[in-house]
Amino acid sequence: MSLELKNVEKKIGLDTHIYSTDLKLEKNTINILLGPTLSGKTTLMQIMAGLDKPTSGEIWFNDKNVTGMKVQKRNVSMVYQQFINYPNFTVYENIASPLKITGVSSDEIKQRVGKVAELLKLSGMLNKKPNELSGGQQQRTALARALVKDSDLILLDEPLANLDFKLREELREELPRLFEDRDCIVVYATTEPSEALLLGGNTATLQEGKVIQYGKTLDVYNKPNSLLSAQVFSDPPMNITKIKKVGDSCSFLDNSVNWKSKINIKDGEYKVGIRPHNITTYKDGNNSLEIKGKVLISELSGSESLIHFTKGNLSWVSLSNGIFQKNVGDEMNLYMNADEFIYFDENERLVTNG
Amino acid sequence: MNKTINQKAWFFVIPVFVLVAFNAIIPLMTVVNYAFQETFGNNVFMWEGTRWFKQIMLSERFHASLGRQFLFTFIILFIQIPLGIAIALTMPKEGIGVPVCLVLMSMPLLIPWNVVGAMWNIFALPDIGFLGHSLNALGFDYNFTQQIGDAWFTTILMDVWHWTSLVVLLSYAGLQSIQPAYYQAAEIDGASRWAVFTKIELPKMKKVLTIAILLRFMDSFMIYTEPFVLTGGGPGNATAFLSIDLVKMALGQFDLGPAAAMSLIYFFIVLLVCWVFYTLMMRNEGNQ
Repeated sequence: MSLELKNVEKKIGLDTHIYSTDLKLEKNTINILLGPTLSGKTTLMQIMAGLDKPTSGEIWFNDKNVTGMKVQKRNVSMVYQQFINYPNFTVYENIASPLKITGVSSDEIKQRVGKVAELLKLSGMLNKKPNELSGGQQQRTALARALVKDSDLILLDEPLANLDFKLREELREELPRLFEDRDCIVVYATTEPSEALLLGGNTATLQEGKVIQYGKTLDVYNKPNSLLSAQVFSDPPMNITKIKKVGDSCSFLDNSVNWKSKINIKDGEYKVGIRPHNITTYKDGNNSLEIKGKVLISELSGSESLIHFTKGNLSWVSLSNGIFQKNVGDEMNLYMNADEFIYFDENERLVTNG
Repeated sequence: MNKTINQKAWFFVIPVFVLVAFNAIIPLMTVVNYAFQETFGNNVFMWEGTRWFKQIMLSERFHASLGRQFLFTFIILFIQIPLGIAIALTMPKEGIGVPVCLVLMSMPLLIPWNVVGAMWNIFALPDIGFLGHSLNALGFDYNFTQQIGDAWFTTILMDVWHWTSLVVLLSYAGLQSIQPAYYQAAEIDGASRWAVFTKIELPKMKKVLTIAILLRFMDSFMIYTEPFVLTGGGPGNATAFLSIDLVKMALGQFDLGPAAAMSLIYFFIVLLVCWVFYTLMMRNEGNQ
C-alpha cells in the first residue's frame, strides 16, 4: 500500500497554492507535514483525500490512479482543527455514523464503536451530545470517527491546535499508540516542530506551497537539506550567522569569536544555523565558544529559560535548561556548542551538520 | 466577606428606572387602570373589578378575531420559515453574488409598513392593479375588496413578500457560520444532501431559526398597519386581526374598559406563547 503524488500542482486563479510536488508515502507510516500557516498543508491534504483536485499531476494509490476519484470511494477519514461532529447525534451515533452509511451490521457496529471508544477513553460518555463534552472529548470523538472506519488513509489537520495546553499534551502522548498496528497511511499536519519529533515517522517540511525536504523525521531534523528546511523545523527560531573558515581556524562576527575546527570543508564563507538549545548559559559539549551578549528579553517556560540577546548587531535566541533570570540590558556570558553548528553554502544548501 | 453599605449606589439605578417607567410601566399601568374601571370622562372612575375581562373572554367577537389571528400567524410562519430556509440555501456563498443577493433581499424590509399596504392595495386592485387585473384577465374571479378568500390570499401574499427576507437573512447568517470542515466531513462519510441538511445545517441553524420564528410570530401576531391599509379589516370583519379589532373597539366605539382588558389579554397571550416556544426550543441545549 502506498500513496504517491506525481507532479501535483494546485493553482487558484493566478495564485499557485502548491508547486509541483512529488511525494511517496508508504504503508504503516506516520507522515508529518510540517510548516507554518499558509504553507499549503491543508491544501495538500485535501488533494491527497480527493476533496480537492490538483490543477495538474496525478495521485496514485496502491498503484492505481485515483486522481479525480470522489472522496466517498477512497476510504479515507479526516480530523480537523475544529471539533467536527454531528451536533444532534450522541457520541455513540457520531462514532457509528461512517459505518452506518456503508451498511455494516448493527452487531458489528456496536462491537467496533465499543473498541474505539475504549481506546479513546470515551466509554463513559457514549450517550452524551457533543456540546455536553469538553473540547478534548469532542476531539476524541472526532478521532474515534476517523479510526472506527479502518480507512486506508487517515488525515489529521492540526488536530491539537484548538485544545488548551494540558489537553494537548495528554492527547499528544496518546496519538502514536492510536496508530500502532493499523494497516493504513497516516498524514499529520502541524506547525509545531516538537509535535513532529514526538510522533516520529517521516516528515515533510513545507514552505509557501513547496515541499522542501521529505525523509525520516530525525534525519530531516539533524540533516536539513537547506537553511529553509532547518528554519521550518526549529522552534524557537534558528539563529543564523556568517562564518569564515581559513585552514583549521573559524571565526564569525568580524573575527570577534574564533575557534579551531577540525571540520572537513573547503575554506571560505558559510552560513551557519545554530539551534537555540545549542546556545546556553553554561558550557555544553567539548567545543564551547564563549560570547558576551546583552539581554533583550528573558523569559521562563517551564523549567527552561529563553533568553533573547544582542551580540554584534544581531539578535540571538538561546534556550537553557534550568531557571536563569536576567534583567533587560544585563551583560552575560553565553556558550555556543560549535560541534552542533549546521553549515550551509551561499545558496543555503546543506554542506555539513558538523 | 464584609460589604460596605453605601446607599448612594441607588443613584446609578435611577436613570434606568425613570426611563423604563416612562416608556413601559406608566403606559401599562394606565391600561391596567382602565381595565378594572368604568369611566365617562372628566376623570371620574367607577370600580368594575374583573367585569371587562369576563366580557372579553366570553365575547364571540374576541374569539373570532383571536382565531383569525392564530390562523394568519400559523399560515405565514408555515410559508415563510421553509421558504426563507430554501432561499437561503440557494444563495451563493461567496463572490459578487453575495452582496447582490443580500441587498435584493433587504429591499422589502426597508419599506415602511403603510407604504407596503398602499403598494399592495394598488397592485391588487381588480380593475387597475397589475396583479388584480392580470388575475381577472386570466379568468380568475379575483376581488380582494369583496371576497373573503381573495382578501386572505392578498394579505398573506403581502406579508410573505414583506417578511420572508428576514428569515432568509437570518438563515443565511446561520448557514455562513457553519465551518466548511463540516461539509467535508459529511462528504468523506458519503452523506446525502438531505442528510447534510437535516444532520448538520438544521441543527446548526437552530438558534437563528428560533429567533426568526419568535420575531415572525410576534410581528405577525401584532400586525396592524399593512392589513389596515390594504383591506381595512374587510370585507366585513374577514381580515380584522386582533390589533385591528382592538383599535376599532378602543377608538371606534370608545369602549375603553373592554379594550384595555383586551390589550392585557393580548399582551399575555404573546408573552405566554413566546415563553413556551423559547423554553421548548432551548430545553435540550447544553451549556455551550
